[in-house]
Amino acid sequence: MREAGWSRELIATLVVAAAAVGVLPLLVGTYTLTVLIIYGMLGLSLGLVWGFGGILCFGQAAFFGLGAYAYAIAAINIGESTVPMLLAVAIPAGFAAVLGAMLFYGRLTDVYLGVITLVVTLIFHRFMNATAGSDYVIGNARLGGFNGIPGFQTLNVPGHPDAYVWGDSLYYFSAVCLVLVYLLVSALLRSSFGRIAVGIRENEMRAALMGYDVPARKTIMFTAGAAIAGLAGALFANWAEIVTPSLFSLSQSADIIIWCIVGGLGTRIGPVLGAAGLSYLKFLLGQQDLIHNSVVSGAILVLFVLFLPGGIAPVLANAWRSIVRRRSRRRHRRRRGPRASLASGDA
Amino acid sequence: MDFVLVIVVEVLYAIGALVLISAGLAVVFGMMRVINLAHGEFMMLGGYATIAAVDLGVNVFIAMLVLAPAVVGVLGLVVERLVIRHLYGRLVDTMLATWGLSLLFIGIVTMLFGNTTTGISTPIPGFALGDYQVNGYNFFIVLVAAVLLVLMLAVLKSTRSGLVARGTMQHSDMAASLGYNPGRIYMLTFACGSALSGLAGAVLAPLVGLVPTSGGAYIAKAFITVIAGGPALIAGLASSAGVFGLINQIFSFAISPVVGEVALLVAAVVLLRLLPRGITDRLFRESL
Repeated sequence: MREAGWSRELIATLVVAAAAVGVLPLLVGTYTLTVLIIYGMLGLSLGLVWGFGGILCFGQAAFFGLGAYAYAIAAINIGESTVPMLLAVAIPAGFAAVLGAMLFYGRLTDVYLGVITLVVTLIFHRFMNATAGSDYVIGNARLGGFNGIPGFQTLNVPGHPDAYVWGDSLYYFSAVCLVLVYLLVSALLRSSFGRIAVGIRENEMRAALMGYDVPARKTIMFTAGAAIAGLAGALFANWAEIVTPSLFSLSQSADIIIWCIVGGLGTRIGPVLGAAGLSYLKFLLGQQDLIHNSVVSGAILVLFVLFLPGGIAPVLANAWRSIVRRRSRRRHRRRRGPRASLASGDA
Repeated sequence: MDFVLVIVVEVLYAIGALVLISAGLAVVFGMMRVINLAHGEFMMLGGYATIAAVDLGVNVFIAMLVLAPAVVGVLGLVVERLVIRHLYGRLVDTMLATWGLSLLFIGIVTMLFGNTTTGISTPIPGFALGDYQVNGYNFFIVLVAAVLLVLMLAVLKSTRSGLVARGTMQHSDMAASLGYNPGRIYMLTFACGSALSGLAGAVLAPLVGLVPTSGGAYIAKAFITVIAGGPALIAGLASSAGVFGLINQIFSFAISPVVGEVALLVAAVVLLRLLPRGITDRLFRESL
């Protein structure tokens, strides 16, 4: 039964994704769409860690930036993009595994976790800002301080350093990456690991008493989220063709959290839509200078926390469900005839 | 010898600055358990209030010590009524809402004052200590921090309102049954915490170039100082500010100011891992 549901969901996801990827370029330029997709993936990474793992990480931007920097530095040193892409996933994941193990085996929870992840992000931000000058070199790559690292090898077809993937192809590549990540996340959540993770989110003590190794499972969840954020960072580096310390900034971390809250915690699609939607809104707002951008994002965050803490996705899902139910009930009624529905007594 | 004196002055200054930065948060977070991520922006607003007042011709000390805390205190009152009071006991939601507030304040200040660095000159001249030049204003910071600590201790420990506030934070139902209105006490405590943040921002304003985003520089330091301090409000504040200020300045002198900052943050992460409930959970347990 569950297997049938999974294959149906798989097909539905692929169809919807293919339709969206095909139609959206008619409305918005692929250059903008690419970054929306990347942010969607970044939102999904925190949506997994926070919404399903119950781990409020204030420093998802650290893994995003780390992925971008790892890609840029490796690409300059290697000159071909395949290994750097893998490193951009592996390095944030490895870092998250170490940090997560330190935090979760220390039984640190909510506030402390939030503050430490925030502080780690700040450390990266400060450090990267201070790396101007020729002392800070990794291989051939100068870290460049405030100005960041420009001019690295961008994404290419594996084995052909001259066949660049850019423009429309980068858009399709990112879209495929997002769909794959989304399906992987879905599969993870359907596995027993995912269901136990949700159980830990609901009641950590109970899960621990039932014999599950809570710190190990949280660390794995945290690592998975960081790997996704790292991939998003590498794609971002390819899109922007420069990496700067602002990737580690507090406002970047804040944005990711706002996407998740607005989109809907505990859903998979919510953070993706929240990220893409709000980033597009920000892009539109950036074209006017009447209202400052952060006024809008600040107001959105406050209002959502106060009035709609569940986010948009559950509201949409409920609306959809009630439409479907009303339709099916109407169909039902017609088939059974008016007297039957009267007899069963449900209004 | 002069060099040692200079280092001592700098360490004292670093500790004093940390105490100032964290005092408001110690009240709001340490007492009320409200995670105010807009704390840095409250400080930033205190700074802007001072600069605006000085530009209008107000004496700089009155602007710093009276006007700025009053302005930010009133603002804190408004924020508490509009947002925070709906979220007591919802830790994560408060955190998110106040982050939203911080973005909101940054945006509004940017629209009002522009995204440029402003500042006022330090009202106390520097002087020479042997071969070294020492900033006289550093002593003022240390003085304000010390007076602040003593005042907070006095108010909390030996006044009626301090007792009521502490009692309400411990057991609001009991306070309510004794005839105090917890909502009102929460509101006033939050306003006092905000006023302290405003004071800190104002007093530190002459030392830093003020930009709308400069609150971000304080927030992490404030939080780690308060959290590392632990349950005892004032002893915790003093001891963790002491530890972090010392570490910061040692690394700043030995290597560079940036390394000093990073060392402070790393020390905080390590300390929190070793003592997750803060310094005063183990030491000075019975103090306030």
